[in-house]
Amino acid sequence: MPNKTFFWFFLPTGLAMILFIGLPIISTGIQSFYAQHDQVVKEVKKCDPFGCTVSIVVDQEKTSKIREEKPLGKFNGFGTYVDRNHLAIEEIGKFWNETNSFGEFVDQVTNLPFYKALIFTLTYCLFVTPNVLLLGFIIALSLNAVTRRIRGPLIFGTILPMIVTPLVGSLVLFWMIDAEGIIGANLQMLMDDPYLSLKSSKTLTWITIIIYGIWHHSPFAFVVFYAALQTVPQEPVEAAIIDGASRWQRVRHIVLPHIYPVVTFVALISLMDNFRVFEPIIGFSAEGSAQSLSWLIYDNLVNEEVILFGSAAATSMMTIVGIAILLAPVLIRTWKEFRTAR
Amino acid sequence: MEYGLDKRSNVLKIFNTTFIIVWLLVACFPFIWTFWGSFKVRADFFSRADWWYAITAFNTLLETGGKFTTDAYSQAWTEGEFWKASRNTVIVTFFVVTISLFLGTLGAYALSRSTRNYAFWILIAALIFRAMPHITLVSGYLFPFFQLQIWGILPTTIIVLVAINQPFTLWLLYSFFKTVPKELDESALIDGCSYFQAFRHIIMPVMWPGVITAGLFSLMLAYNDFTVTALLLNQENHTMVPKIQSYLGTNQHEGNLMWAVSAVVSATAPLFMLVMFFQRQVISGLTAGAVKG
Repeated sequence: MPNKTFFWFFLPTGLAMILFIGLPIISTGIQSFYAQHDQVVKEVKKCDPFGCTVSIVVDQEKTSKIREEKPLGKFNGFGTYVDRNHLAIEEIGKFWNETNSFGEFVDQVTNLPFYKALIFTLTYCLFVTPNVLLLGFIIALSLNAVTRRIRGPLIFGTILPMIVTPLVGSLVLFWMIDAEGIIGANLQMLMDDPYLSLKSSKTLTWITIIIYGIWHHSPFAFVVFYAALQTVPQEPVEAAIIDGASRWQRVRHIVLPHIYPVVTFVALISLMDNFRVFEPIIGFSAEGSAQSLSWLIYDNLVNEEVILFGSAAATSMMTIVGIAILLAPVLIRTWKEFRTAR
Repeated sequence: MEYGLDKRSNVLKIFNTTFIIVWLLVACFPFIWTFWGSFKVRADFFSRADWWYAITAFNTLLETGGKFTTDAYSQAWTEGEFWKASRNTVIVTFFVVTISLFLGTLGAYALSRSTRNYAFWILIAALIFRAMPHITLVSGYLFPFFQLQIWGILPTTIIVLVAINQPFTLWLLYSFFKTVPKELDESALIDGCSYFQAFRHIIMPVMWPGVITAGLFSLMLAYNDFTVTALLLNQENHTMVPKIQSYLGTNQHEGNLMWAVSAVVSATAPLFMLVMFFQRQVISGLTAGAVKG
C-alpha cells in the first residue's frame, strides 16, 4: 500500500490515539512538576475594649485569584516526586538513621503511602497471575474432556466472571462474604467468632481481593488455552499413547510445548491488567487495608477540597515507569525477532 | 482429551466431573444468589440474625406480604434515577461502538496491507498504549478538560472511550484482516478500483465476523467502564456503573444497598443475554490475538 493511501486510512484512528492517549501522557508528565498553590494568608488586627490581637487568616480573595491566574499551580520540579506521599526520600533517610534493626526500617518504609500501595500492587500481581494461568489451564483441560454436546453451556457459565465489570464482580462477591452475607455469616458460625469479618483483618482483605482477582481473570486464560488445545496435533498424542505415555507425560511433553507461546501471551496480558488493579478495592470497600497505585491516583483525583493534580500525575508517571519495566522484556524480544526477520 | 485410543479410567472421569461442577458453582453461584436476593428486602438479603432468611423470605413476607418483591427495582429505576443512567449507557455504548468500528476497520486494514516498517512500530505503540492503566490517562485528561470546559458531558467521554479502545480494536481487526487473502483486493485494484473502493466493496463484505467480534468488545468496554465514566462525567450524566457505586454511599449502611443490588442485576442481565447470543464471537475474539499470532 502506498504511503499516501496508508496515511489517509490510518489518520482517524491515529489522531484519536495521539490526542487522547499520547497527549494525556505528556500532560500528566507536565502536571507532575506542578503543585497546587498554597493558601495566601494575611494578618488581621482585631481590636476590642481589652486590647488588640493579631490573627492570621486565609485571604480567600487573593487565593482564588492566584488559582485562577495560574490554574496549573506553582512549579515544583521534582518536589512532588520526593515528598512524603511519593518516594519519600527524606523520610527513608531518617528511618535508616533512627531505626535499630532492618526489620523495623522495612516496617516504617512500608507504612509510607506510596510503598504501601506498591507492595500491595506487586503482591496482587505475583499471586494472581500464576494462579490464573494454572486454574485457566486446568479448566481448559477438564472442559476439553467433556462431551462436545454440553460444552456450550459449560463455557458460558465459565466465562461469566470475566464479562462483568470488576466493580460489579467484586460487589457480588462482597455481598456474600460480608459479615451479613451468606458465606460471611456461616464462617462466623463455623469459627465461632462473632467478630470475624473481612474488614477487621488486613490479611483477610488481601486474600479476598487476590481470590477475587483469580476468579475474575481465570476465564480469560481458560478461553485462550481452550482454543489453543483445539489446535494440538493428534498424531504425536496418539503415538505417545501407543508408546505407553501416561496422561501427565502427554500433557507435559506434547500439549504444554505446543501451547507455550500462548502461555506467554496470557501471562503478559494478565500481568498488564493486574498491575492496574483498582475497582475491586472500591467494590470490597477495602481502602482501609489495601491500596493500589491506581487507587492512590483515584483518591487524589476525587479529593474533596482541591483536586491534587500534581500528586496524581506524579503517581501516574511512576506507574507508567512500572508498566515500562514489566513490558521491557517482551519489547526487547519482539525487537530482536523483528531485526532477525528482516 | 477425546482421543480414540485413549481409555479413560472411571476414577478420572468422576474426578473431572466433580471439578467442573465445583468450578461452575464458584463461577455462577454469586450471580444466581444476587439475582435471587434482589427480590427480597434488605433484612433478608443482608441478615444479621440468620442467613436462612434469604431463602425463607421471613422479613419480605412481614414487610410486603409476599415472598418476592420488586420494590428495590421500582425504587432504583424511578427515585434512584437509574433510568437516566441506563439511557446514558445506551447513548455512550452506541456511539462508542459505531465510531470505534469505523476508525478501527480503516486503520487495521491499512496496517494489514502495508509492508513497511512503520506498520510494525505502530502495532508495538498500540500494544504499549493498551498497557496504560486508564486511571493514569484520566489524570492527564482532567486538567485540560476543566480548562477547555468540556468536562462532564457525554461527547467527551465517548471520544475518550473510543480512543482508549482503539489499540485493542486495531490488534483484533488486524489479525482478522490478515486472514483475508491479499489477492482478493489486489485483483480489484488491477480492475481499476481505488483502495477505498476495494475496501468498501470487496473486503468489508467478507469481514463481518471480525467486525461483529470487534464491536462486541467495544460494547463491553463502553458498557463496563468505571474509571473513565466515574471521573469524566458529572452526576447528571453518570452511566450505570458509576451510578451503582453512588448507591453504595461512603458507609455501607447509609446508602440504599438494595438499590445497588437491583441495579447490579439490571445492568448485568442484558450483558449476559448478549454474550449468550454471541458466545462464539466473544471466544473467537479473545483467541484471535493469541492463536493467530
